Amino acid sequence: MLIVEDLHKTYSTPQGPLPVLRGANLTLGDGETLAMMGDSGSGKSTLLHLVAGLDAADAGTIRLGETDIAALDDAARALLRRNRIGVVFQQFNLIASLTVQANLAFQAKLAGRYDESWQSELTERLGLSDVGARYPEQLSGGQQQRVAIGRALAARPELLLTDEPTGNLDVETGEAVMQLTLDLVARTGCTLLMVTHSASIAGMLARQVRLDRGRLV
Amino acid sequence: MIHILKTLLSHWRRHPMQLVALLVGLTIATALWSGVQALNAQARDSYNKAAQLLGGDRVESLTLVNGALFSDKAFAELRRAGWIVSPVLEGQVRVNGKSLRVIGIDPLSLPRAAALATPATGTEISEDGKGFQSFLTRPWQSLIALSTMEQFGLGTDAPAITETGITLPALTAAENVTPGILVMDVGAAQSVLEAVGKLSRLLIDPDAKTSTTPLEDATSIPLQRTSESEVSGDLNRLTDSFHLNLTAFGMLAFLVGLFIVYSAITLAFEQRLPMLRTLRACGVSALTLTIALLLELLTLALIGGITGVALGYLIAVALMPDVATSLGGLYGAQVSGSLALSPSWWSAGLGMSMIGALAASSYSLAKAYWMPPLATAQRFAWREAQERRLNWQSGIALALLGLAIILYLFGNGLVVGFAILAALLVAGALALPPLLSLILRVGESHAGGPVSQWFWADSRMQLSGLSVALMAMLLALAANIGVGTMVDGFRKTFNDWLDQRLVAEIYLDSLDETRFDAVMSWLDLREDVTVLLPKNRVDVRIEGWPVRVLGFVDHESYRDYWPMKAANPDLWDAVLSDEAILVSEQLAQRLTLRLDDTISIGEWQPRIVGIYPDYGNPKGQISANIDTVAHYFPDAGPGGIGVRTDDDNIESLMEALRTQFNFTGSEMIDQASLKAFSKGIFEKTFAVTAALNVLTMLVAGIAMFMSLLTLSEMRLPQLAPLWAGGLTRRKLAMLELGKTIALALFTAMLAVPLGLLVAWCLIAVVNVQAFGWRLPFHVFPYQWIWLVALAILTAFVASLMPTLRLRTIAPMRLLRVFANER
Repeated sequence: MLIVEDLHKTYSTPQGPLPVLRGANLTLGDGETLAMMGDSGSGKSTLLHLVAGLDAADAGTIRLGETDIAALDDAARALLRRNRIGVVFQQFNLIASLTVQANLAFQAKLAGRYDESWQSELTERLGLSDVGARYPEQLSGGQQQRVAIGRALAARPELLLTDEPTGNLDVETGEAVMQLTLDLVARTGCTLLMVTHSASIAGMLARQVRLDRGRLV
Repeated sequence: MIHILKTLLSHWRRHPMQLVALLVGLTIATALWSGVQALNAQARDSYNKAAQLLGGDRVESLTLVNGALFSDKAFAELRRAGWIVSPVLEGQVRVNGKSLRVIGIDPLSLPRAAALATPATGTEISEDGKGFQSFLTRPWQSLIALSTMEQFGLGTDAPAITETGITLPALTAAENVTPGILVMDVGAAQSVLEAVGKLSRLLIDPDAKTSTTPLEDATSIPLQRTSESEVSGDLNRLTDSFHLNLTAFGMLAFLVGLFIVYSAITLAFEQRLPMLRTLRACGVSALTLTIALLLELLTLALIGGITGVALGYLIAVALMPDVATSLGGLYGAQVSGSLALSPSWWSAGLGMSMIGALAASSYSLAKAYWMPPLATAQRFAWREAQERRLNWQSGIALALLGLAIILYLFGNGLVVGFAILAALLVAGALALPPLLSLILRVGESHAGGPVSQWFWADSRMQLSGLSVALMAMLLALAANIGVGTMVDGFRKTFNDWLDQRLVAEIYLDSLDETRFDAVMSWLDLREDVTVLLPKNRVDVRIEGWPVRVLGFVDHESYRDYWPMKAANPDLWDAVLSDEAILVSEQLAQRLTLRLDDTISIGEWQPRIVGIYPDYGNPKGQISANIDTVAHYFPDAGPGGIGVRTDDDNIESLMEALRTQFNFTGSEMIDQASLKAFSKGIFEKTFAVTAALNVLTMLVAGIAMFMSLLTLSEMRLPQLAPLWAGGLTRRKLAMLELGKTIALALFTAMLAVPLGLLVAWCLIAVVNVQAFGWRLPFHVFPYQWIWLVALAILTAFVASLMPTLRLRTIAPMRLLRVFANER
């Protein structure tokens, strides 16, 4: 269960403080899938980053199960990401120096939950069996995003966070990747929180919410 | 154009550290190069002044075959026969504990080409000058360089007195006199040198009409013609190797500095690619863009060049006294310890800065010219690019190694020696990235966990960005190990050799014949003297080289201790006869002499029965029995006396000698002081080398620091995914630090074999060609441990700032990597 309560975040800019989140609230049940939409600058990515423990909130609570993420220090948040959360970004953000196979296994090995058979299944279902020995820059955009999703799911996280995962892909590829993601999420039973601009992609998820001026509506 | 330049320059405002890196690289490269050039120019200027003093290379001399003094009646005889000759008497006096060369001349008959004979040179003895009369007539006047007066603590107000108690003619400062030389009338010189009626040579004026009377008919004294260029050329030949060594070091430091420049320029170019493409898209032609980049570069090169030349001057000023001492101690070359520089040196320094900047940026400039405006769509395949680069680097490295082997097998000469050295160093530098890649690949294949796997894989990826700095470090380390091994090897060999060679407890030198005989008779009667080892000596020329022939007595002190490089079993008994001699290693090397070869020294044709090391002596040497030398060279003078006594009696015997014969510090020295003096001269030479070593290492450290600093910004996309995956910034910072240290460690470990190869080349090729002696090859593992530790420390210090930056980087900066507008 993910619970976000009265979350606030303000960035300092040369032009003065810029409030991005102004008391955001959100509840997401185990195994639930939710798409978060909103205009540019509405705070979607910021909320996702705070839930992932990539940044610290100014006020409010973020609970994943019994853990209050907002109260954790930097090292504890890193540990949380490593063991319980998977993150997928629009830019894929694969590790350029490692092969596809090593990228896929990276997070699971880091968390100490590497499972050979699950890894094989993931590789096969993501259609990456033939490119395991290649490096990220030798793959197409769609293939790279599938590696990023595989990496995030390889450790069987409780929560999968995705930020515009299909933003860099064409519509057809994007929808295919999305369908694959949802299948695998269902297979692992993890909770999915996705940030997207696309109404059609959002429509593929169980719930949709909209973020407007720092609040979920 | 101004608008384009302004746009280009805006990059440096946003990346000031890159600008600093570029300017620091240019400054250091120019500074070390021009500093070394300043040292060489100053020394060569002193040699040239010395050569021009009596007319330069065109002047010929008449001398005795053994270089001994002859009667001045030869001058009168030759003048009567129509020969336009001028008398010269040369010798040494000691003043205030230092040796001063005295040249006695006759300004009236001096060749017109001589610096001292030309009024235009501003000399004090021009015929129009007032000083002319006082120069020629008693109590005479002598000319000396102002720097020498200061060096010797002399003044024009008080008379200077030699250590033998002779008052020198009043001193006058003269611009055109070489440092360390005292010029006076030949009559005054005969008096000062106590050589009345004697001359050392007669100069033949090349611009005067030659006499038709043959030399043999013109004078009864058996004089021979020698070219002045032969005499002045000796100094150039002997010191060439010293200057070539300095130049090689300067060039190495220049190259290492250029690595920084190359690194900074390439990075700036890569980061400005989008800007350059936008400019092209806005209608700026490729040619205009390239010219603008070139103008920007030359402006920066000018700034770096000016600061570099200024810094180079300061380096030269700091090193000049040590260089002057080394040249004086090793070759007897008198070089001014203070620095005076010409405008050509300044412009040459600036030129080198420009050439260096152009060389370092040629690839980027060519890329800018040929760059298609729409290249951004291409994906950057770094791996293929790196593989290609590693392959061609390996190929060139192998080709250079092959070239070094071919040069070693078929080449000859000092320049070839340095070419081998350069080929080895560049081959080593080019082979470094492929070798590191191999090591990292092996590490990756043995890695256990995911972080460890990433550590090795990412280190390999980082190679492209760091390889230039690592190459600079490899070159600096290899040069340090190579030179360090040679220097420490020389120090060890030299010290061991001195211990064996200096068997007498007291040495007496600079004795004239009368004094020599008196001292010998006196010492012969003393009970505290166990053995007397007198020598005689004469200077000759063999195939154009200056050679000193020394005569020694047969004694166990020599038989038991004198170390030989090669010898016949019966050498000592053979030397007792007229037909056998020992030769120094450098003479054997120069004249390609082997055991049992026979050489011609005038009428004497002895056989070589032993070849001995004679480290530190630039001249060749022949040692033979004292009676043999006296027989073949009746004019041979006293060559000093070695006195053996018990250790307890050294002090009292020296005191007795001082009381009895009024010996001065320079005429009498005990074994310990002589060893300390000899070692001191070499330590001065090594001090210059050590300073250049440290500077080169410093440059490599700066290269690494600049590379890491500029790369740290570009590393964020590689690090952010790991951070997002659950590694803390602290852990990432430690991993980054670990990678840099690991790369430095591997580089240092690879530098050890390369350094030993450099040392071998210096010892077996360069030293043999330059000095004529080959040292035994000693290795000093403590040096390697020290240098590996220094490399790690350099890497640690260089990566400290980027590491701290990463450790405390704001999450926002890392999150930006994941944002759309990356």
